[in-house]
Amino acid sequence: MLQRLMTNYHETAAVILFCIGFSTMMLHKNLIKKIIGMDIMDTAVYLLLAAQGYIQGRTAPIVVDGVQSVEAYINPIPAGLVLTGIVVSVSVSALMLALAVRLYYRYHTLNLDEIIALAGKEEV
Amino acid sequence: MAFVQNFPFFCILLTLICAVVTSVLKGAAARRMTLFVILAVTVMTACVMGYTLATGESYVYLMGHFPAPWGNEIRAGVLETVTMLLFCFVMLFSFVGGLSRSVREIESSKYNIYCILVDLTLLSLLALVYTNDLFTAYVFIEINTIAAAGLVMIRQNGASLVAGVRYLIMNLLGSSLFLIGIVLLYTVTGHLLMANLQESVAALAATGQYRVPLVVTVALMSVGLAMKSALFPFDKWLPGAYSNSTPTGSAVLSSLVSKGYIFLLVKVYVRVIGFDVIVSLGICDVLFVCGAVGMVMGSLSAMRAKTTRMMVAYSSVAQIGYIFMAIGMGTEAGLVCALWHMLAHAATKSMLFIATSTLDEASGGTHLRRDLRGGFYRCPLPALAFTLGAVNLVGVPLCSVFITKVMMAEAAIGVGGRHMIVALVVLAISTVLNASYFLGTAVQLFIPQRGEQAAGTRFGSLTAISLIGFIALNLLLGLAPGGILAALTSGLAQFA
Repeated sequence: MLQRLMTNYHETAAVILFCIGFSTMMLHKNLIKKIIGMDIMDTAVYLLLAAQGYIQGRTAPIVVDGVQSVEAYINPIPAGLVLTGIVVSVSVSALMLALAVRLYYRYHTLNLDEIIALAGKEEV
Repeated sequence: MAFVQNFPFFCILLTLICAVVTSVLKGAAARRMTLFVILAVTVMTACVMGYTLATGESYVYLMGHFPAPWGNEIRAGVLETVTMLLFCFVMLFSFVGGLSRSVREIESSKYNIYCILVDLTLLSLLALVYTNDLFTAYVFIEINTIAAAGLVMIRQNGASLVAGVRYLIMNLLGSSLFLIGIVLLYTVTGHLLMANLQESVAALAATGQYRVPLVVTVALMSVGLAMKSALFPFDKWLPGAYSNSTPTGSAVLSSLVSKGYIFLLVKVYVRVIGFDVIVSLGICDVLFVCGAVGMVMGSLSAMRAKTTRMMVAYSSVAQIGYIFMAIGMGTEAGLVCALWHMLAHAATKSMLFIATSTLDEASGGTHLRRDLRGGFYRCPLPALAFTLGAVNLVGVPLCSVFITKVMMAEAAIGVGGRHMIVALVVLAISTVLNASYFLGTAVQLFIPQRGEQAAGTRFGSLTAISLIGFIALNLLLGLAPGGILAALTSGLAQFA
């Protein structure tokens, strides 16, 4: 079991990171910490994805010194997908941060429980 | 290639371009641009639907004429086009019906952003329905999430901002789980295109290879999309999000955004994994149980709701439960029933949200259920629309949801055993619960208040046009379901 985890250390690290991000996002009340947790979670997924394209001993698929054999390069598709995913993740983080700023200006706190309570009182 | 085959691509491109152009327009011009986009997409989708119905075949369109894996593919068949056409009508009526309220409730400097959000929601729905590539689906899931979160928060009051945070947190978690599912599927198959994935997964299922990764993949994708479409117990974000948006926002979120994810889930089940494989993995039983519990719990929450918008929002949990319970039966009849209910609920719930907002406004703006008393005498058309929606969701004969219930009962009898007993009992309980809160509210509309004056409250002509459109759409679904059901059945056969 330990040997398997060590062999697939990229995947192991990705799962640990995902759990850290998930628990930070779900358990912390502070909005900024929630956003950090969400970003860690996304990064873990991108690590998992990038690890699928990596092949030990090979290089990035950029033709250097005339080497054109497929055997020399890693699989570039996951790297392309990771880039797309990062763009999406950045947009979502920006939206969440903008929302946190807006809520802070309104309620002068970043604690989500307090914000929900204050918003509830406002409605009444 | 026939020229009409380009239309799905044109729809996506036109919506994208108009969303960009709308960013430099103001107020009325932005509104007109969005209306033009929705109308244009509706007309083009109708043309594609006519083409697919006439040929009886689906077709794959290569974006930029590059074959996969270099290019990207979209696929249009009967199922996609029928679904998309109904989505377009719902989007059109929802946008028109909520126009006057949105102008009043949204800051004038932000109005073009609201129009961009509507455009982007339509764009992401088009892409989710037509895409033939799993990673493209993920990208548009995220675009859909961002656009929908914007619609939740557009009123910018405290409650809508909090609802937006809750919506985003749960939905982003759902997106992440879906993405992990895609990664695992790519790892075991090496493909992202749905047609190639289907072949590879069929080969894996036949040999029994990678069974655990397949189960995990399907589970992650199912949970991810179930979270995003608010299946019980992942529904905690729903009431706040639906009840704090503008009327158009609530209608679009409840009728279209959640249905886009469900359509994608059906697509993943049938086109990517293969429905036989899904049934053999046992995922359907989990969906069946969650759907059945959701049908009851959603209705119980709706009964306790004090405001009408909250009641209508909670009833969505119950209705989503219907769809997932039908999928969970694990048969083709169940799938057709789920697709039918997806369309029936989309047409009904949006009408209810638009009618409710007009009735609430005419009843003093308190949003309380008890204040709707005598609503028919203040605004007859919205009251009639609400009553039709209520009667429809209860499942009275000649209504679209009645057809759902008959189909679901038939599918359950076809499955037999414990599934049949549970499905029939839950259907009966759910019908009684739906009747208790929907019919109770509808009857209140026709009881005049003391000293009630017969004079009606004026509401915009656009709202009236929208409500007439919704009433016609719902009557069409309820009175002449044959053609649509036949299209769904043949479309599903093309899907596999």
